[in-house]
Formats: sequence, C-alpha cells, structure tokens
Amino acid sequence: METTHTIVETTLTINGESVTRRIPVRQNLVDFLREEMGLTGTHIGCEHGVCGACTVRVDGKIVRGCLMLAVQAEGRHVETIEGLSDSGELADLQDAFHKRNALQCGFCTPGMLLTVQDLATRNPHATREQIREHISGNYCRCTGYQAIVDAVETVLVARQNKS
Amino acid sequence: MKAPPFAYARARNLTEVFDLLERHGNNGDTAKILAGGQSLMPALNMRLSSPALLIDISRLQEHAGIQVKGSHLHIGALTTHAAIGDSEDIRKYLPLLADAVEHIAHPAIRNSGTFGGSLAMADPAAEWPACCVTLNAQIVLSHKSGTRRVAAREFFQGLYATAMKPHEVITEVVIPIPGAGYRHAFLELARRRGDYAIVGVAALAKVSGNAISDLRLTYLGASEKPVPAKNTSQVFVLKGFSESSLKEAQDALADELDPSADLYSSAATKLHLAHVLTARAMKQLVA
Amino acid sequence: MSAPYIGQSIPRANAKRLLQGRGAYTDDLRVARLAHVVFFRSPHAHARIVKLDLANARAMPGVIAAIDGATLEQYCKPWVAVLGHLKGIKSATQHAMAIDCACWQGEAVAAIVAQTRAQAEDALEAVEAEWKPLPAVTDMEASLAGAPIIHPEFSDNICFTREFATENVDEAFAKADLVVEETYDFGRHTGVTLEGRAILADYNAAEHTLTVHQSTQAPHMMQDIFSRHLDIPEGNVRVIAKDVGGSFGIKVHVYADEMATAALAVMLKRPVKFMADRMESFLSDIHAREHKIKLRLACTKAGEILAFDLDDLTGIGPYSVYPRTSGIEGNQVVNLTGGPYKHQQYRAKLNVVFTNKNVTCQYRAVGHPIAVAITEAIIDLAANKLGMDPAEFRRRNLVPDDAYPHTSASGMKMEKLSHHQCLDKLLKLMNYDALRAEQSELRKRGVYRGIGLAAMIEVTNPSPAFYGVGGARISSQDGATLRLEPTGMVTCLVSVTEQGQGTEAIFAQIAADAVGVSVDRVRVITGDTGITPYGGGTWASRGAGIGGEAVLQSGKVLRSNILDVAGAILQSSREMLDLRDNNVIDVRTGDVKMSLTELGRVAYFRPDTLPMDFQSELMVTRHYTPRGYGFAFTNGIQASLVEVDIDTGFVKLLKHWCVEDCGTVINPQLVDEQIRGGIVQGIGGAMTEHCLYSDDGQLLNGTMADYLVPMAGEMPDMIVAHVVTPTKTSELGAKGAGEAGTAGAPGAVMNAINDALLPFNARVTAQPFTPERVLRALGKV
Repeated sequence: METTHTIVETTLTINGESVTRRIPVRQNLVDFLREEMGLTGTHIGCEHGVCGACTVRVDGKIVRGCLMLAVQAEGRHVETIEGLSDSGELADLQDAFHKRNALQCGFCTPGMLLTVQDLATRNPHATREQIREHISGNYCRCTGYQAIVDAVETVLVARQNKS
Repeated sequence: MKAPPFAYARARNLTEVFDLLERHGNNGDTAKILAGGQSLMPALNMRLSSPALLIDISRLQEHAGIQVKGSHLHIGALTTHAAIGDSEDIRKYLPLLADAVEHIAHPAIRNSGTFGGSLAMADPAAEWPACCVTLNAQIVLSHKSGTRRVAAREFFQGLYATAMKPHEVITEVVIPIPGAGYRHAFLELARRRGDYAIVGVAALAKVSGNAISDLRLTYLGASEKPVPAKNTSQVFVLKGFSESSLKEAQDALADELDPSADLYSSAATKLHLAHVLTARAMKQLVA
Repeated sequence: MSAPYIGQSIPRANAKRLLQGRGAYTDDLRVARLAHVVFFRSPHAHARIVKLDLANARAMPGVIAAIDGATLEQYCKPWVAVLGHLKGIKSATQHAMAIDCACWQGEAVAAIVAQTRAQAEDALEAVEAEWKPLPAVTDMEASLAGAPIIHPEFSDNICFTREFATENVDEAFAKADLVVEETYDFGRHTGVTLEGRAILADYNAAEHTLTVHQSTQAPHMMQDIFSRHLDIPEGNVRVIAKDVGGSFGIKVHVYADEMATAALAVMLKRPVKFMADRMESFLSDIHAREHKIKLRLACTKAGEILAFDLDDLTGIGPYSVYPRTSGIEGNQVVNLTGGPYKHQQYRAKLNVVFTNKNVTCQYRAVGHPIAVAITEAIIDLAANKLGMDPAEFRRRNLVPDDAYPHTSASGMKMEKLSHHQCLDKLLKLMNYDALRAEQSELRKRGVYRGIGLAAMIEVTNPSPAFYGVGGARISSQDGATLRLEPTGMVTCLVSVTEQGQGTEAIFAQIAADAVGVSVDRVRVITGDTGITPYGGGTWASRGAGIGGEAVLQSGKVLRSNILDVAGAILQSSREMLDLRDNNVIDVRTGDVKMSLTELGRVAYFRPDTLPMDFQSELMVTRHYTPRGYGFAFTNGIQASLVEVDIDTGFVKLLKHWCVEDCGTVINPQLVDEQIRGGIVQGIGGAMTEHCLYSDDGQLLNGTMADYLVPMAGEMPDMIVAHVVTPTKTSELGAKGAGEAGTAGAPGAVMNAINDALLPFNARVTAQPFTPERVLRALGKV
C-alpha cells in the first residue's frame, strides 16, 4: 500500500542538470526553484495562478510554477529562464524585447518570454490578435502590452524568414 | 501565502487511490484528490483548504486521453484542457468542446488543468460542466468495487456540489457523438479573456432548413449549477427562431434561470445577458 | 550609434539582466540568518483588541518571535502624517502595529517572525485574538456627516478641507447661456505592482548600523525615516533599492508593516524580511482615487467657458499616509480641474474624510485622472448641448499657445504649453474627420462607436513647494556624481532611482553627451544611499527633468576638468582642446590628440609627470533644484476610439492616441513606452479596476482573480506623438512624462463611451464602466 509523506526525496532535471533533494511536500515548484536552487529568475506575483510571473516549462510545456508541487516534478524536466537564456533558445526574443523596450521593471519578463516562446513554437504564424490572446494570462503593469506584441511579431516574422 | 502543511501520496494506480480514500476519507478537508491542481492549488495557497492528505493522481496517465468507440467519445478524466483543444477527434466529433476550450483560462493553465478535475470542482461558471450537460455526457465514477455512470444533468447538484460520493473518483466521461445535421454554438461573456464567464451558453441542435429539433441550451454562470433550459429550448423547437419566439423564450428563460449576483453583475444583468446570448446562439445555430 | 545621444532611442543597458532572469529584486537576495516576518492583521474594519495572546504562536515550530504593537513601540516611534502647507490637515497617531484598536481590515496588530515564511504563516493560525467590533464608517458621505467618529480624539472625521474661489464665480454662472452639471464617481483602485512590497532589514548591533534592502522609490526619504523613527544616526542607515518590480507611487510611502520589519531587525539583531503576498498587498498597499464629485460648468452660446464650480468628496481610510499625507490627491483635483482652459472664474470645495477602509495616497498621476476626466466629460456634455463638435469646443477654450506665461483660474503658473499644437496634431494623426464620418455610417448599421477626447495638463518636476515647504523631509533636489575611471569609462551615480522606466538609460545618454564619451562607456548606479548623492528619488514625473539636469551639469564640469588634465598633459591651451567620442581632440582640426584611456592612465597612475601645482579632479558632483515655477507643467491630449455593444454593455477599446509635450525628449522610445504603459494603467481604472468593499468594510475582491487588472487581450494599440516645448528653467529642457498616459486615458475613454451612447441619450459617469453600468445607462437592466 502506498504510504503518505511530508517530505519526499525527489529527483528531477533542472535546466539539464539532475538534482535530488528532500522536499517538503507542501513546497510549490517556484518556491523550490527560488529557495532551494537559487534560481530567482522565476518570480512570484500572486501564488494563485493568475499573473503568470512564475511560468516555467515542465517536459516542454509551460505551466504555472505556483500551481504545481515541487514533488510532482519527480522525473520531469524543468526549464527556467536561466536555462533557456544560457542555451540561447530565447536569444532572438530577448534581443527583440530589448530593442523594442518590451519590458520596464522586468518582473513579468521571464514568465512572458516563456509564454511567447510557447506561442512561437505552437503557432509560428500567429497574428497580433493571437499573440495578445496567448499572453492574456501574463500580467504586465508597466508596458501596456503593445511593445511586447510588437517584439513578438518581429521575432515570428524573422524566424519564418530564416526557416 | 504558502500552503498549509499536509501529507502527500503519489498514487500508482486506482487501487491505491481507493485504499487511501478509505483510510483517510475525502469528506471535508481530510483527504483531497490532486489532479491538475489548477483549482486546488490556489485554494491551498490561500489556506482556504487544509486537507490532511493530498492524493496525487496526476501520474495515472492510463486515465488520460481521447478515444472514439463506436458512436461515443471517451475522454479520460486526466485529459488536459490543452489536449482537448489539440485533438482532431474532438474537433471532428465534438466541436462544441473545441470552441469552449478557447474560453478556459490561459495556455499554461490549460496544459495542467484536467477535464475530470473541472467536472469534480463543479464551478457553476466553468465551461466543461455546461458542455457535458448539453452533450448528454455520462460521467464515469469509479470506486473500490466497480464503476457507475451518472448523466451530467444529474451529476451537477448545486454550487460546487456533485453526485460523487466519498471514496469515488471520476475516471472517464462518455459522450454520445451528435449525428449528422447537428449544429453547435458556445458563447460566453467574460470581461477579460480567460476569466470565468459572467454568463455563457452551450448550445446544440439538429437543424434542417427552418426546423429545429433536439435543441439543448445549457447556461453557465446563471444558476448554482449548469442549467439545461428545457422550456426555453422547447419554444424554439415548436416555433422556430424569430423575433416573436425570442421574446417568448425570454420569459421562459427568466423562469428557468436563477442567477446570483457576482462582484460586478447583478442577477438582473446576468439574466439580461443570458437572453442576449440565447439570441446570438440561436442565430449561429440556424445561420 | 553615435553622439549626440540625447534624442535617440537607445535600448536600456540594464534591461539585459532582467531579460535573462538575472535581476536582483529584494526577494532574490540571499542573506545568512535571515528570518521571515508575517503579520497578524485585523479581520475587522474597526475593532478594539480585547485579547491578543501570542503564546501558542510563539511555541509553533520555527518561530523566533511573536510581538505585539505595544512591545514594538519601544523600538519604533509612531507618526502623524500632516503637512504645514495643507492648512488644517489632521490625522491620528499611527504605530508600526496597531496597539488598542484596528481601523481597517488588514491593519497589522502582531508580527510573527520565523525561520521560513510557511512556518510563520502556520503560527499565525495559532494567534488567539478577541475583538470588540466597533461601527465601521465606509461611506464617504456618512463619514462627512460625522457619525460615528473614527478617532475619539477628534470631533469629526474630516482630515482636510479646502475652499477656493475667484472673485466673480456667481456672476459668471448668472450670465451664462448654458449651465451644465453632472456628478461623477470614481471607484477606489490600487497599484498592483507585480512585485509586491518587499523589505529586508539587516541590523548590525556591534556597529549600530541598519542596512535596508527595499523595493522603494525614495531611498533617501526612507533613510531619514528609519533614522528618526528607529533612533539610529542617519549615517548608520543605508537603504538600497536595486531592481524594483513596479512602483507607480505604491512604493513611495511609509508602510507600518515595513517600519515594523525594520524595528524587528533591530530588536532581534538579525536580518528580517517581509514580502507582501498578493492578498496582503490588496489589503495594505495604498489605494487611491475614491472620489465623488459634483461639477458645474457655465458657458456662452458661442461655446466660451466662463467658469467651473467643483465640489469634491474623497475618502482616504483611517489615517493620512506618512509622510506625503493623503490630502494631496484632492488638492490636486482642485488645482487641476479646468486646467487646460482659459476661463477665469473657478470655485472649488474639497472634503477629505476618514473611513474604515484601507488608506489611500498618491498613486501614478495623483488627482490628474480625476481632474481631467471630470473636466473633459462636462465639456463634452456642454458641447453636446450646444450642438458643437467636441474638438471645436476645445479649440475655442484651450489657452492659446502664445498666451504664456499663464496663470490658471486655480492659480497654477504655467511657463509654456502647446495645447493647440497638440490638438491639431492629434486630429490629424487620428484622422478625426474620417473617423466621425465612419462613426456616422456605422451607426446606421447598428454599430455604435464613440470618439472621446481629453486634453490635459500635468504636474512634473516639482519644486520644494510640493512637500518641502510643508515640513516634509522629502528632497526636491537631486544630485549626480560623475567620475572618470582610469580606463576612460565614466561612472555616474544619481540619486534618482530606476523602477524600469529607464532613468539609468537616459542618464547614460545625457552623461555621454555632456562629457564627450560614447554611451557604452557610461555606467550608471542608482538606488543606494551609501554611494549616490542625496535626492528625492522617483515620483511626480521628476527623474528626467531634475536628475537629468544634475547629470548634465555634472557632466559639463567633468568635461571641463578632463580638459584641464589634457591641457596639462599636452601642455596646450585648454581652449584649443575638446572631448569627442572618448578622445581629446584639437578643436581646430578635429585631430585626435590623446584617448581618454591614456588621459586616465596618466591622471591616476603617473600624476608625477604633471606640473607640480596641478591636481586633477576627475570626480564631480552637481545638484539641481527646480525653481521659478512650482511645477514644470506639461500638456497633451488623448483620444480614444471604442465600440459599445449595446446589447451586452461590453466596451471594446479599438484604438488610442496621445499627443503630449514633455519638452526635450531624451529617448523617444522610452518616453513613448511610459505613455503607453500609463494609458493602460489609466484604462484599468476606467474600465475594470475597483477595490470593492462591503458596507461593514470588508474588501470583497482582494485577489488577482477578482480584482481585474488590464490584460493583453483587451488592450488597444496606442499611437503616440509629441510636440516639443523645452522648459527654459533648465538647460536640458526636459519635463516629465511618466504620468501623462494615466492622467488622460480615463477621461478619453469615458468620453468615447458616452459618445457611442449619444444616440440613446445615455451617459455613464461612474468609473469603472462595467457592462452593468453601461446597460443601466441604456435602461436595459
């Protein structure tokens, strides 16, 4: 019979690196990444799944880091802004955001970048309207969103031209 | 706020789930099933819920997936909203669900949230419960010694209340594929994309020329549970869709719905909006 | 990219770390022996504490301390938020944690410090409290009427009142052909910075020093506050604000829970961190804007405005907020209403009252969104009654561009504005006539579009008249220190802070031009009282105009000092030399005489080769205080195009325009993005954002699921353009731009909706404009 736990030894892959930790079961994934792994690029904005600041990628899909327990990541591949920056996967998006000033305070930016990369992968021909729709769960108080839409649109076009 | 302390068990199969439920009971806050977590986790992170035990069923992937079996579509309880949105079979056989999925939250939520979880939650403003009622879905409930099927319209019993008994879990939903000549409409009004609807309607009907039959209008956000508006539907079946039938339907609808005010909309506003959506859904059905 | 850099859209160097998730927000810091504090907050809007037993909480796992208000008072002096120049303003004494009585739901009454945040929250559940609920005053009008009284030491609930009138207001109304009157309601809303308020206070008992990492807009103000209230010498307090995840005025105030956190660090002799989570942010971040206003306008048949008559009632919660006070927003409404127009008669009455809701205070565009919205709404109403096009009505009344300096009817002195240029540019930009034609065509087909205009003035670059004269220790001057490094780089330390608006980027541009180096050779450091000059920080659209001027003046002197060194090295007359593109050049030929790298090497490592009586001075500090005018007023005009679904009451925002004049534009893209972000923040307040309270003072929508901030799906694209009228009060000529978007957007949207509803003789006047409010106006529910 399966037994119940309050701390679970968990092995997961974070940005390509295998990690084993004893994790209190109530700790959510974003707290684990920040507090235990020092990966502070993923932010906490609401802890209720509404703002999108904690968006990370698990097994290739974007999820809310605050709505997943860290122990649920057992055996999963977790990717964060730090890993995706170092691998260069987001380089063109980051460059476009930089040039277009598609960020101000930058607090939403890591979650926003993961979300728009998800769109670019799933729907490389997305219209402005579809870009707005895809990021509609990522709150940005600073930009008013237009610069973000512009930057994403630029990258989608550039990627199409490249491919 | 951080989640309160609880114990955790990752179930490897349904038997373990039933054993844990039996040992801990899932009445009240004793044990809770964790599926996609998109409703339960926010509740934990607000300390609105403090279960002694979370039973994580998210690894039971044999209960995820979409299958066509004869004249029915079977949707595993752990199928994510995103998987439904991506499914060719859904688009082909149950386009109502494909239309509805666009209204459910946002991409990252849709990747985790599950079909069964949404039904078990029974939020009156959620999309899937209303769709299931309109589609005459059967909810498959499993327990230690077997399974039983409950029709969606009996399954939803009130505000966050269902026919599910303690020690039961939803494992599957079986939906009859509407035959040829059926048309659908899913409409909802939300102030921001992905928010819970102020009010919405899941509509299905057989349409042939001007004749409307088997019309099913189910409203979300308009009562404590998804409401199949039979009398309203009957007006259009008997009289077709016209300005005068619409007027008549408005009165029937007012009798059938019992909306409660939310933070921003009064009951009267919701009723008005439900009527507006009825007209729009009917236009779409007969277009 | 080459000089001059001022005027170019250069990407912000400091954005790169944020794009890679390598920022340093307060919660990102890792500190040894860190303790976490959470607060036990009043569940009641108004209640006496009968019993507060922390013993069980203290015994919970991981708990380091559990402290009540009376204990903490020994470490932190209370405060009263009044200003001398707001005559008669009063407020009650406020403690870091309430001691006997809580006055709003969410007011902290006890602190739990534990090893982890989760443990601290667990212990909160073990706090035993008994309350005697007292009557809660939540309605502004009831508060004004005076019963019950919130603070027993006062005889009423009035924080501040002001009356203002020019000499012939009644006469103007008497002779008017048309008098229109309307009442406007503005719901409370709040900032919802994505990063919550955050403070990590670290006390070193051996040195009696306090180092505070804080998400704040005003490090020096907070240094002064911590010093005085915690009784630590000013020089021993250091406040550091590295990356700040949004502020908008939310993070420029003294919060009781943050003071408590610093006091706890002193008490416990270790670092203590407080991160406001989202739910406590809604309960305790300042709110803003709750106003009910009756406005009258008198005009002639020809459309000449003769007078405005304003009556504003605003409810601010139980305390005036320290140290800026909560009288300012209402005061701004009085100062700014009717501001763009040339009428001479004006009467205003303001009542600022206490209520048992969360406190309100200055939030982005303070008072402007209200003054602009009511002015512009009643102008449209008058234009409609006269059958005059709203653009034409404005043209007849805006202060002419050649009529400056101008003093408004409310007494505001304006140096030079460009209302007519802005109006002309806007109408052309939006193709106003074509939009009107399209609107009329679409109406025939049952599509109801509306076009709304909103002219505005905006307070920027405030002088000491804003706070300093009232006795607040808030600096209106700012400083910049520029240092040439041995490699020829320039380090630029500025007292204005960076919150993402791009201050560091524009300072680099100004410094590069002023000194004569390329912009990539300038490194800007802000947000640390330990190293930057003294200054006010970020608020009231002052960073570019005040901080920028300090950088410019400092850079000019550094350039001159560098040329002194060059003259000494080259044994040349310094008049023959100049600095360009990191090199010392011959002014006559443009030939490079030496690089700054070489100059730096000699100046720092081989000064022995320079004349005996020569000492190089390669670090320069200059400060700037705006004078002459109380504020550098800016102006602009916005337009909104909306489509109203008259069946559902839903409003679709189709497009938005803004033409504004902030003087010298240092970085066009950054200014445009300030405007855009500001517009959407203004739209939020106009359309969806509302702190809803029950009659007994419970906040009903304190989560991000229920409090509706603007998201990408519903926001329009925005077209921004400028007219450039530099202020002559500074050499740089820059005025502020950070709040213009927020100031004008609600008025433009309100007018657009009402324009769309015109065929139905329906108007909405209560923000936010929910579908239900639109349907009510249409008589559909």
